[in-house]
Amino acid sequence: MPTPLVVSDVKKSFIMHLRGGLVLPVVTDVNFSVASGECAVLSGPSGVGKSSILKMLYGNYAVDNGQILVSHEGRTLDMATASPRTILDIRKKTMGYVSQFLRTVPRVSALDVVAEPLTARGMGQEEARERAGEMLSMLNLPKALWQLPPSTFSGGEQQRVNIARGFITDHRILLVDEPTASLDAMNRGVVEELIAAKKRDGVAIIGIFHDLDVREKVADRLIDVSAFSPRKKAA
Amino acid sequence: MTDTPLFKVNGVSKFYGARTGCADVSFELYPGEVLAIVGESGSGKTTLLNCVSTRLPPSAGSVEYRMRDGQFRDLYRMSEAERRFLMRTDWGFVHQNPADGLRMTVSAGANAGERLMAIGQRHYGNIRSTAAEWLERVEISIDRIDDQPRAFSGGMRQRLQIARNLITGPRLVFMDEPTGGLDVSVQARLLDLIRSLVNDLGLAVIIVTHDLAVARLLSHRMMVMRNGRVIESGLTDRVLDDPREPYTQLLVSSILQV
Amino acid sequence: MSDLATYNFAYLDEQTKRMIRRAILKAIAIPGYQVPFASREMPMPYGWGTGGVQITASIIGPDDVLKVIDQGADDTTNAVSIRAFFAKVANVAVTTHTHDASIIQTRHRIPEKTLLEGQVLVYQVPIPEPLRFLEPRETETRTMHALEEYGLMHVKLYEDIALNGHIATTYAYPVKVAGRYVMDPSPIPKFDNPKMHLSEALQLFGAGREKRIYAIPPHTAVVSLDFEDHPFEVQTFDRPCALCGAEDVYLDEVILDDKGGRMFVCSDTDHCEERRACGCVGELGVKQEAAE
Repeated sequence: MPTPLVVSDVKKSFIMHLRGGLVLPVVTDVNFSVASGECAVLSGPSGVGKSSILKMLYGNYAVDNGQILVSHEGRTLDMATASPRTILDIRKKTMGYVSQFLRTVPRVSALDVVAEPLTARGMGQEEARERAGEMLSMLNLPKALWQLPPSTFSGGEQQRVNIARGFITDHRILLVDEPTASLDAMNRGVVEELIAAKKRDGVAIIGIFHDLDVREKVADRLIDVSAFSPRKKAA
Repeated sequence: MTDTPLFKVNGVSKFYGARTGCADVSFELYPGEVLAIVGESGSGKTTLLNCVSTRLPPSAGSVEYRMRDGQFRDLYRMSEAERRFLMRTDWGFVHQNPADGLRMTVSAGANAGERLMAIGQRHYGNIRSTAAEWLERVEISIDRIDDQPRAFSGGMRQRLQIARNLITGPRLVFMDEPTGGLDVSVQARLLDLIRSLVNDLGLAVIIVTHDLAVARLLSHRMMVMRNGRVIESGLTDRVLDDPREPYTQLLVSSILQV
Repeated sequence: MSDLATYNFAYLDEQTKRMIRRAILKAIAIPGYQVPFASREMPMPYGWGTGGVQITASIIGPDDVLKVIDQGADDTTNAVSIRAFFAKVANVAVTTHTHDASIIQTRHRIPEKTLLEGQVLVYQVPIPEPLRFLEPRETETRTMHALEEYGLMHVKLYEDIALNGHIATTYAYPVKVAGRYVMDPSPIPKFDNPKMHLSEALQLFGAGREKRIYAIPPHTAVVSLDFEDHPFEVQTFDRPCALCGAEDVYLDEVILDDKGGRMFVCSDTDHCEERRACGCVGELGVKQEAAE
């Protein structure tokens, strides 16, 4: 089985045209890979480019150069150069993303927000909702909230909806960005368990965890992002 | 993932004398894909929309559409009869101002049912029940079926316009600022409705908007236009999260944060 | 008639008549199609039948016998004036008898008596475009005719049923001519629509203000638009003509007094008179001999 995710020689900078073309280098020479069943954690101080790397992996940020190779339906594709349609297909079937914040859609219930990745892949509404319900109960989201749109939820509740949505699929690669940031100890435990289960299933996970406790429990390997810092290279 | 596009636009330009409406625009659209064309007023986005939807013959370029028989046809080489037939069966066009897309002096039911009658349905009962189903689908209460859209709010009119367009099961829908001029709460409801209809029906959509939040919510891909040219295009969240062009950065940085 | 010398025959000059005849020929060649023509000023206001008068003037010859009816009656101001007009400017014979006439100019009715080969029925048309009330743009309605896009006509009928439970259009009821053009038959009651179908007579329509001529040649299929579940039906009357006792004819209501008294009589006055002359009597009628 090919390595699900290989990142090689990736470089990223922002050009701020509104500030006279100021170039903000973000990372350079990013090289790592994540194996099946492994959880790699990006580490380093804030502002070093951890989130930017996740966004590049997911296609939200463009890449100046380098490759992000993803094993997708038996083929190896490069996220850095893939067409928008290919990226959407990869996101649908191969690569999941649990972001820090939920981008809510007005009027869609929490249950349907969680079920959506399943229905998008062709699962029936009933079954998808049932699975979504299981995830939400696992994360202790009160049943009374399931039918409400999450936009009015508290930070922790939104976070749990987001986690449920991210973990419900069988994506082979999962990107997680601070999933436990606003959770209490009990729910942190649930997330740790979810990650462990994904690893047992052979999912390649790459994430950012500021909570040292959680990181300790889930990480197989730390990737020090400050090693990719262009400032350091320059020095 | 279907590998044949539904719609192919190649080098479309529109000139008004020395002025440029839009210049050298090419793109493809696949079934189920939502493409947003964004840019400020005068950027050429509506000209482009009109050029690719047979409403305005371009000065150069070709626009091809894959017909239901699988064959690509150049829209501007079809007869007018074929083009108009396509527009009222396989296509939809949602105008910014519902009065442009509705018959304001006939009932909601007749507005919704007109396309069915246009393609030859001649059973009143069937036409009416299909119209009623669609009104329900766009959240217009059935007891309003015999009211004229003149008596409807802006949001209702827009939803009626959508029902009127979708009743024949089109595969491609053009939308020109469909939420323009509506209250924010009405807008949210409409966006959600459009989003779910697009998902449920697998529609391909080309939507023109100056509202980047609308583009973010509805579209998969977007093209940013300025002075008649496409200056940046790509996956919607890539363009919005990591805008590359100076103008796109300006647009994105001008979004009001709530 | 000495007055005739001061006019060209049938009032219009020969060039105008040729122009109108060409339009008529084209209209006959394309049944139901509205042919534009250079409508002339006539010595009567628009709305008084200038379109019909121009057609009649263009086809009438010295041997013709002219009948003019208005809402079925030979004796209204409009009918009398137009009849007198042609008697004066063309010196033709006039009649009120349907079968004696070679040209019948009509406003809003078709005679009850079946028209025969060789007769010409000339309709006065106020608004020739059946799509007008739903689509105000002439450019668009012409395209719709050209492309046979007639869904809009059914939108109108749909509205009727939705608002009234049945097709409430009772006059100017749209028809499809020879399976092609949708046509406004002028404001005749829909009761008369079936008479247009496969008629042996030539039917010409003239709209003076709107400058259009259209035609139904003899033996042409004329079908009234409808829905499968709301088929076209003509008006029925629950009583016969009060004067002549005729059934299956179109009746007019006549108010008799200010206490609500009324009677329903044939709208076609010639038809009614002929029947009474033969001895037919309705409930309010009097035997013809006794009346004399």
